[in-house]
Amino acid sequence: MAMREFAERGADLELVGIHKRFPGFTAIEELDLTIPAGSFFALLGPSGCGKTTTLRLVAGLDEPTNGRILIGGTDVTATRSHERPVNTVFQSYALFPHMTILENVAFGLRRRRIDDPAGKAHEALRLVELDHLAQRRPQQLSGGQQQRVALARAIVNRPALLLLDEPLGALDLKLRRQMQLELKAIQEEVGLTFLHVTHDQEEAMTMADTVAVMNKGRIEQMGAPEELYELPRTAFVANFLGQSNLFTGDVVGATDTAIAVDAAGSRIVVPTARAQRHSGQVTVGVRPEKVELHREQPVVEADRNLIGPGVVTDVSFSGVSTQYLVEIPGAGRVLVFAQNIGFGPAAAEGDRVWVSWAVEHGFGLEDTPDESRFQADASTSAIAAQHRDALVAELEEH
Amino acid sequence: MAFAAFATAEAQPQAPRKRSAIALVLLAPGIAYLVLFFLTPLVSLLLTSLQVQSEFGDIGEFDYAFNWQNYVDVVTSYWPHILRSFGYALVATVLALVISYPIAYFIGVKARSKPLLQGILLVLVIAPFFISFLLRTLAWKQVLSDESFIITSLKALSLMAPDAHFTGTPFAVIFGLTYNFIPFMTLPLYTTLERLDLRYLEAGGDLYASPATVFRKVTVPLSMPGIVAGTLLTFIPAAGDYVNASRDFLGGPGTQMMGNVIEANFLVLLNYPAAAALSIILMAAILILVGIYVKRSGTEDLL
Repeated sequence: MAMREFAERGADLELVGIHKRFPGFTAIEELDLTIPAGSFFALLGPSGCGKTTTLRLVAGLDEPTNGRILIGGTDVTATRSHERPVNTVFQSYALFPHMTILENVAFGLRRRRIDDPAGKAHEALRLVELDHLAQRRPQQLSGGQQQRVALARAIVNRPALLLLDEPLGALDLKLRRQMQLELKAIQEEVGLTFLHVTHDQEEAMTMADTVAVMNKGRIEQMGAPEELYELPRTAFVANFLGQSNLFTGDVVGATDTAIAVDAAGSRIVVPTARAQRHSGQVTVGVRPEKVELHREQPVVEADRNLIGPGVVTDVSFSGVSTQYLVEIPGAGRVLVFAQNIGFGPAAAEGDRVWVSWAVEHGFGLEDTPDESRFQADASTSAIAAQHRDALVAELEEH
Repeated sequence: MAFAAFATAEAQPQAPRKRSAIALVLLAPGIAYLVLFFLTPLVSLLLTSLQVQSEFGDIGEFDYAFNWQNYVDVVTSYWPHILRSFGYALVATVLALVISYPIAYFIGVKARSKPLLQGILLVLVIAPFFISFLLRTLAWKQVLSDESFIITSLKALSLMAPDAHFTGTPFAVIFGLTYNFIPFMTLPLYTTLERLDLRYLEAGGDLYASPATVFRKVTVPLSMPGIVAGTLLTFIPAAGDYVNASRDFLGGPGTQMMGNVIEANFLVLLNYPAAAALSIILMAAILILVGIYVKRSGTEDLL
């Protein structure tokens, strides 16, 4: 029986035309996905986007309404979870409270009747540096330790595919960073295929080779983290993966290399290669850290977009950088992240400023403006901004 | 963080608890109740069990003594009843567990998403309590009597010998015990299974355990508190039960349990020391058995 053997290496995961409907709502609409063997793949999305459902379908804990799941080329759609060469690190860890740490880790090995389960369990515990706690019970361990045990319990089985369901969610920031590095190191060491589900964009970007951003049961965009960040294709990706300044307007000019967009009077140029659509009304954007703040009107340069003047409405200092919110008539709010190379903020609230960025840093989105405007409103930064405005208004009343 | 490290290093002993007068006042009714209604009868029972027949007294007249011979006498004359009591109680407990577990599992786990169904099923489990258990047991006597529809049908179908009986047999007594104690088994099982975290079962499946193995290795150990509570609530009263085994109910001359013997000695033979000695033996035996059971089932850290 193949299951008695350890997987030699990671296996491909293929999802073909997956649909998942629950009574009353659709969790996954049409999902096609191929994860190559040995890769670290992250499914990133807000809660309710269908990423955990996808993971549960792969683990065999739920059945897809339609579609097929293939692991290493074998169709496993009809098999149950215990028959799949897959292990999961659960969000809640789900360590058996009635067993010691060692028994927990050896559980899967014993079920598959693999030789020397205790020895292999000790080995896995050494890998996560918890072998000295082997005889304890899960409830005697801290959250971070439990998380490492859950990881050991999964990887000790050398599954062809390891599923991670927001396993770092309960950890504090410092421990999370440390675990991210450890996880990545373990993945490289054992060469398994990792499918990591998370809502933490930073976590996805640090750890994964490939990130798929999921929204409302669909994959919006998939690619290497740098590619996704530097060239988002939709407003959702632009705002979920980091923050973006988006401007909508008609294309007023196009050359071989660039298109020009008129965003309420400001002319914004974007390289053609970095724009998804080249005519009609389009949305273009730029990342806030690419934007430069000027306190005096700079000379217009051909390879830079310049808009302004506007008024600084908010300055927040965060140590490494300072965030400026600039209200520009017509263009709306522009967010600027400036490195704190000098001492303290360069501009104060109420200052008149201009913003500029290199043309090559701009990107053009593929969604139609209606969609993008709606999406932008729903982004966390917009909600936070609205919330803060409401609070400020309330404070001024008193 | 430095403060936390400091605190653990010092390991300050907890401040001594204040002896509050209010706590004593609040405890007083409970203590008084226990002394009056538990300790007093127990001491009285112990003294009675050591009494000796008055030399010139009437039947039922005894003097205080230290006649431990009473214990030897009752064990020699009633050892079959003692064994039978624990045997019947054990079988009834196992049967009740086997019947109750699926019911409790269904109500507590499968019906979790349907609170209405859960409520209705729980009411059905408790419903028999609305009728006195004496009446219910008597009803069973009717239902299972030789002239009853069930028995005559079985005889007509040659599934039972023409001269066979059901009432008065050990089967009837065990049936009655099982029937009467099923709710005591189901309810504690339900309360543990209701709280069972299904994610553990998913984790078991994820770690290559088949559904049967998950049940054996995860579900049963995690529901151990309910199993222990349910079996104790069934076994202890079943071992001392005297209704089901009584000739007036489902039992017969060959099915007498300790409860029946104690009853006969107290109320018919007026041999109070024998009855008291038997009661003490029953209590001690149950205490020892339960002690071993709780220790062995290792549920201390789950309770």
